[in-house]
Amino acid sequence: MSSVLDSSRFFDRGERSAERWSALLSGGREWESFYRRRWQHDRVVRSTHGVNCTGSCSWKIHVKDGIVAWETQQTDYPSNGADVPEYEPRGCPRGASFSWYLYSPIRVRYPYVRGVLVEMWREALAATGDPVEAWASIVEDPEKSRAYKSLRGKGGFVRSSWSEVTDIMAAAHVYTVARYGPDRVAGFSPIPAMSMVSYAAGTRFLSLIGGICLSFYDWYADLPPASPQVWGDQTDVPESADWWNAGYVILWGSNIPQTRTPDAHFMTEARYRGQKVVVVSPDFAGHTKFADHWLPAAAGSDGALALAMTHVIFKEFHLDREVPYFRDYAKKTTDLPCLVRLRGRDGAYVADRFLRASDLGETSEHADWKTVVLDESSGAATVPNGSIGFRWGDEGMGKWNLELEEVDPALTLLGRHDELVELDLPRFDVAGEGGDVLRRGVPAKRIGNELVTTVFDLFAAQLGLHREGLPGEWPAGYGDPAPYTPAWQEAITGVDAGLVVRIAREFARNAERTNGRSMIMLGAGTNHWFHSDQIYRAILSMLILTGCQGVNGGGWAHYVGQEKVRPISGWSTVAFALDWARPPRQQATTPFWFLMSDQFRFQRTGADHFSTPLGNGSLEGKHLADCYALAARLGWMPSYPTFDRNPLEITHAADAAGVDIKDYVVRELQSGGIRFAAEDPDGPGNWPRVLTLWRANLLGSSSKGHEYFLRHVLGVENDAIRNDEAPPERRPRDVVWRDEAPIGKFDLFTTIDFRMNGSALYSDVVLPAATWYEKHDLSSTDLHPFVHSFNEAVPPPWETKTDFDVFGLVAKRFSELADKHLGVRKDLVAAPLLHDTPAELAQPFGEVRDWQKGECEPVPGLTMPNLVTVERDYPDVWEKWRRLGPLAEQLGSSAKGVPLLPDVEVEELGRRNGLIDGRPSLARDVHVCETILALSGVTNGRLAHEGFKGLERRTGMKLSDISEEHRDVRITFGDTQVQPRKVLASPEWSGMESRERRYSPFTINIERSVPFRTLTGRQQFYVDHAWMLDMGEGLPVYRPPVDVVGTVGDQGSGDPTRKDVHLRWLSPHSKWSIHSEFQDNLHMLTLFRGGPVVWIGVEDAAKIEVADNDWVEVFNRNGVITARAVVSHRVPEGVAMMYHSQDRHVNVPRSELSGTRGGTDNSVTRISMKPTHLVGGYAQLSYGFNYYGPTGSQRDEVVVVRKLAGEVVY
Amino acid sequence: MLVRAQVAMVMNLDKCIGCHTCSVTCKNVWTNRRGVEYAWFNDVETKPGIGYPKRWEDQARWKGGWELRGGKLRLRAGGRLRKLATLFFNPELPTLDDYYEPWTYDYETLTTAPVQRHQPVARPASQVTGRPLDLQWGPNWEDDLAGGPEGARLDPNLRDGVEEQVRLEYESAFMFYLPRICEHCLNPSCVASCPSGAMYKREEDGIVLVDQGQCRSWRMCVSGCPYKKVYFNWGTGKAEKCTLCYPRIEAGQPTICSETCVGKIRYLGVVLYDADRVEAAASVPDEKDLLAAQLDLFLDPDDPEVQAAARADGIPDDWLEAATRSPVYALAVTHRVALPLHPEYRTLPMVWYVPPLSPVMSLVEGNGSDADPDDVFPTIDELRIPVEYLANLLTAGDPEPVRLALKRLAAMRGFVRERNLGGEPDAAIASAVGMEPAEIDHMFRLLAVAKYDERY
Repeated sequence: MSSVLDSSRFFDRGERSAERWSALLSGGREWESFYRRRWQHDRVVRSTHGVNCTGSCSWKIHVKDGIVAWETQQTDYPSNGADVPEYEPRGCPRGASFSWYLYSPIRVRYPYVRGVLVEMWREALAATGDPVEAWASIVEDPEKSRAYKSLRGKGGFVRSSWSEVTDIMAAAHVYTVARYGPDRVAGFSPIPAMSMVSYAAGTRFLSLIGGICLSFYDWYADLPPASPQVWGDQTDVPESADWWNAGYVILWGSNIPQTRTPDAHFMTEARYRGQKVVVVSPDFAGHTKFADHWLPAAAGSDGALALAMTHVIFKEFHLDREVPYFRDYAKKTTDLPCLVRLRGRDGAYVADRFLRASDLGETSEHADWKTVVLDESSGAATVPNGSIGFRWGDEGMGKWNLELEEVDPALTLLGRHDELVELDLPRFDVAGEGGDVLRRGVPAKRIGNELVTTVFDLFAAQLGLHREGLPGEWPAGYGDPAPYTPAWQEAITGVDAGLVVRIAREFARNAERTNGRSMIMLGAGTNHWFHSDQIYRAILSMLILTGCQGVNGGGWAHYVGQEKVRPISGWSTVAFALDWARPPRQQATTPFWFLMSDQFRFQRTGADHFSTPLGNGSLEGKHLADCYALAARLGWMPSYPTFDRNPLEITHAADAAGVDIKDYVVRELQSGGIRFAAEDPDGPGNWPRVLTLWRANLLGSSSKGHEYFLRHVLGVENDAIRNDEAPPERRPRDVVWRDEAPIGKFDLFTTIDFRMNGSALYSDVVLPAATWYEKHDLSSTDLHPFVHSFNEAVPPPWETKTDFDVFGLVAKRFSELADKHLGVRKDLVAAPLLHDTPAELAQPFGEVRDWQKGECEPVPGLTMPNLVTVERDYPDVWEKWRRLGPLAEQLGSSAKGVPLLPDVEVEELGRRNGLIDGRPSLARDVHVCETILALSGVTNGRLAHEGFKGLERRTGMKLSDISEEHRDVRITFGDTQVQPRKVLASPEWSGMESRERRYSPFTINIERSVPFRTLTGRQQFYVDHAWMLDMGEGLPVYRPPVDVVGTVGDQGSGDPTRKDVHLRWLSPHSKWSIHSEFQDNLHMLTLFRGGPVVWIGVEDAAKIEVADNDWVEVFNRNGVITARAVVSHRVPEGVAMMYHSQDRHVNVPRSELSGTRGGTDNSVTRISMKPTHLVGGYAQLSYGFNYYGPTGSQRDEVVVVRKLAGEVVY
Repeated sequence: MLVRAQVAMVMNLDKCIGCHTCSVTCKNVWTNRRGVEYAWFNDVETKPGIGYPKRWEDQARWKGGWELRGGKLRLRAGGRLRKLATLFFNPELPTLDDYYEPWTYDYETLTTAPVQRHQPVARPASQVTGRPLDLQWGPNWEDDLAGGPEGARLDPNLRDGVEEQVRLEYESAFMFYLPRICEHCLNPSCVASCPSGAMYKREEDGIVLVDQGQCRSWRMCVSGCPYKKVYFNWGTGKAEKCTLCYPRIEAGQPTICSETCVGKIRYLGVVLYDADRVEAAASVPDEKDLLAAQLDLFLDPDDPEVQAAARADGIPDDWLEAATRSPVYALAVTHRVALPLHPEYRTLPMVWYVPPLSPVMSLVEGNGSDADPDDVFPTIDELRIPVEYLANLLTAGDPEPVRLALKRLAAMRGFVRERNLGGEPDAAIASAVGMEPAEIDHMFRLLAVAKYDERY
């Protein structure tokens, strides 16, 4: 503020007022120092919140008399330019109330262990004198084991000491590694971007011992699988300032003011720049008030709405009239001109796989992986550059690009066709979950032995856009209610057909006038569904058809749970100890818990439940657990624990037999001497035994099927499950079914946190963590282009420690105990076929060949996981943990397949951080910060520049000019302490950015002709893997929400005297918490109703005679919740909304139905996997950590709501 | 003419996202202490709704502010005689239940609970009595239309026929957020109500304060303030209120609520006014003329005569210079898009609001597909929030100033859009709302680009 408002000069005036009717001054004003003293503070320190939140806001922490008094937002972000709004002030009420936690009674101040366990531990330690033996004597004794597991979550903590808890943790880890294997030890911590060092401290320890790091993005259902399917990219989105550049925005399932609070102003401000805002939302929510139009589509119907808009756009902007910009964009950057084989079936044709160069008889390197177009000028089938066949191998060098050169790909074959043929297409809006068939037509051409058409022609047929001469049945116009017309969607979504036409037309017209500056913001509302990938692909179609993707101000803006570790290369090197050994064990979490919590035993529909009648039968008869077992043995998905034997013993046995480890394992697998653990998940040796949570609240937040976790994972008595296991005919075929499901699988469950939350309550050991104001760390996000720092405003109070120091202690003690119990061992890591490596060319044509069924040979790294031996020097773990290993510069890091070799930087780090035993130190958190920044292109211009030069060689395109201007820039940790620092353009990401340019994804692809990392190298409307085709999802299609009621029937209490109502279960992100965090914060509880609430509409409330603020029970077969009802007319009939991650530790009474404590919002959900998310070994459908894998969807459930009739009992 | 300077505020409701960051940062700094747990110097209310404390706008009940009796300005709660009579029992004082009974939880039990049959849980308990509390009301109970339509129907602004227009149903739902602080009025009824002379309006910047040494706990200010923005500290027995963060203002910093407003809706600026005409302005017979009367009090900071008079009245040059750059003056006087909150209370409030646009009523579109795809913006008359509702809130029921403000916002969008899309903005759009293109650009700069040093 300008100093002109400085009015201190007035203090001494003391004049009396002249007015008769109100006093101006009243004598001495010395008392005013009262409030001035209140405002005074001693120190302001920059820090932020490492919560699972994408805000990544920089804050001023005000310290007064040695304690944190309050926080306010920093306002010193680098400018966005003279005419663009700035990022200041970033921060929301959740962040602003954080300081409450530091001194609150919910803070964990000391280490705690459940009394019964610590008593047994002290006895056993006294008896054995050895911590590892002491641990063994407890967990291998069924009575002792049951004694502490059954009391989980029932109180009874006693204070312990750091030496005792590190002893317990280290002993449990050493024992489990030795007895069951390193892949029976796991850790879970999500979202590293918003506190990279705190995350890395634990995963580095786990990776060094061979433990499992669990993924989170897919598990949270925040991963949009459509992004890997369409772009071969996990997720990449515009920074929020780029919203300013959009001329038209649809907020679709993303409540920006509520969930992207620090960024919402860019949207409200862009409206003044003339941006039109349309909101699609079933409820009148916080963002709806900013809309010009509100499209109140029924929950889960978004795919239908999007396909109807796509129908209008395709017709009016591609068929009726050709927009040159849209046409050229489609030809160059999309698979619309790619040729697809047609397969005869039932008197018509169905779409099969893409035509390949090898189908043309071409024999070049990777000819099976090169897709084909029809050249308009020559009329010949032609292989353009850029498909994945050019990405790997020598022949493709310099040709992996999107330049069309002389080729002019035909979008449609109409007019160039040999035949007009009938085409059968799947539909799922009628006839149950497998749906029915639409008969339409396409122009086709005969090329060699194949009849082919283009994706463009297929999609036009799918959308129902008739062109002259085509056979089949077609809608007569927009008003004809057949798929996918505006009139058709009206019956499904409830949105006026005329309005749909208007918005679609405006959207595309805006894109036409601006060359692609139309944007769609997506979020949990569209993404947390079982069929989210189809909803997204439908919506993305609107953007790609209008040339919006890869354009500043245009494209998708996927905002749910997405995070961006901008310095990704350096961070992943440190976090997964890639500087010492590779590969780390990175597990897809959804199938992990599906097996671990025994939810697979309750899965009653098979994988083929969703198959189209047009399918190829590849999923027939498979249970979802069978699908995962198949994915494990084919190398599609990681599966840890991998085998039914300790991997340390497998290598030992192979050595003893004198056989190469790969040969040994293949032989044993074929003879049945070794099985995949996923094929017998309830086998006692086959499940993980130890789990450590940090920066996470698994139970109070993400545990879909919460009650199954309590029963099977933890062994808690009196869970609230009312569900039955699958009947014999619905059980897995390939996976072993054990009659008794295990109870209490984990031996040690540890939570490291600063607050006593739902996970801590159920843990055996609770460790007191330092808060975000008590440590050093780094933060970044994709919502803004900065990297900035956490700093220690005050030292960790009481006996709290930073996550970094906790894992240092545990690693040290682990190494000491390992000296006697483990020594140096050889570990066998089964690595999945990874995306962005040549292994993504492992399994051609998207065919499924199972070596176990004799359909091919078991070849590690090709038809099954790769098998890698890794030396584990267990006594040396701590020494490795605290210094940078030599692989950092010897192998370098790889960002999306682009190698970065930080040799100069490692040498410099040695001088900056100091050396430990000849290697750069990582002994302190600030050392790790420096290392991350030094080893990443976004914070080190030299590396970015080298990376672009590497990409130039592969693509043959000029790219290094992008990084030329900043090749000398180096951002150090000290820099980030002064001010948030804007990062540099780097090949680690897909967008260009500079001082004046906002980040938008894929601008490098679009402007510089760098291919997308997909099969075709282009944005794919069509995905041709056998399982995708069997599911009827080759093209974007509308699939309604899963029909739970149709499958499981009425879930009421069965009590005829009680009124209840079945409602769709929606769990949007909260206004009053960031997931479960802040939800127990007194400020947030005070600002909205003081405990768990469920929003229901006025009509539904009336049906069950519930008034606003009445207590209700929400339940189904999976569990029960108790909460207050919020009755509001902003909620439509038929849905119940509970802001997600409402933990069960504050103001949650007991349920009448279960007799036990009400649960979390995930007490009524359950894991169910979509088989297509398990596919791997095939171009963009290849595994990557948090890149691909089954999502833990949670929107397709139905719950029963009734009033809590009796007195409220806690 | 007696020139005075006041630090005033404008909040742009059209940008407010209802996040309550302002409430939290304000609370942390000022009222996070014993005696004022229930007090939120800054709160945010969802409208339609009854607010905090309950139905604070119902002056028939609370008798706050001023009224005209016999053409003379009188405190609604009565003059000195009635004050004396009610000194020991003030019937217009809100009770704790009208605000809310502040609570906390027995969080310790989560850590200390012995082994028990059910998972330990933290239960709510009153911060006043310590006893378990059944939560029935809080400072933001109605967030996002919670409890509607039952609760929202009691909104005092649903009057004079507006209640007939507003259907509190899903299809026609609307809402907006109303952040509130003390109005630091030019004619503060709280100050006039204080029997002890403990309250005053600072001459140099207009900030209204309660002298913590002089306050004698009569609480007449609590009832006298029609905005219910003076609170009683039950610990110290003194009245307390929003201080417009004078310790920060004096140090050249914006208020906490302004700087931490992540929606960037708040503007602070110096406004010059003629103190000699305050009483007359507050006394115009027709409520609907109060807005014009108050605008008329504000002095043009670029007028040499005003500047000379201001200097004569002791206003320093840097304040005069600040007045010429005042975003508050620009939005309220120059562009006429900011309006006062309940001018009919006759306190001449100095926190003004830009009214919110809202989605159109698109229930029966039918022929929406015939619309011109280049003509993307709806007209003001189609908006979901009835102009009359906003008029009851901001202009004593006169819809015209509200309509003009909304039209100017909409015109700005249309005007700038054309440039954004690479076309030529149409000057006719500006002139249709009585503005020059340059004025629209200036307003756009303030509302949209909204740089830090242009907001404060």
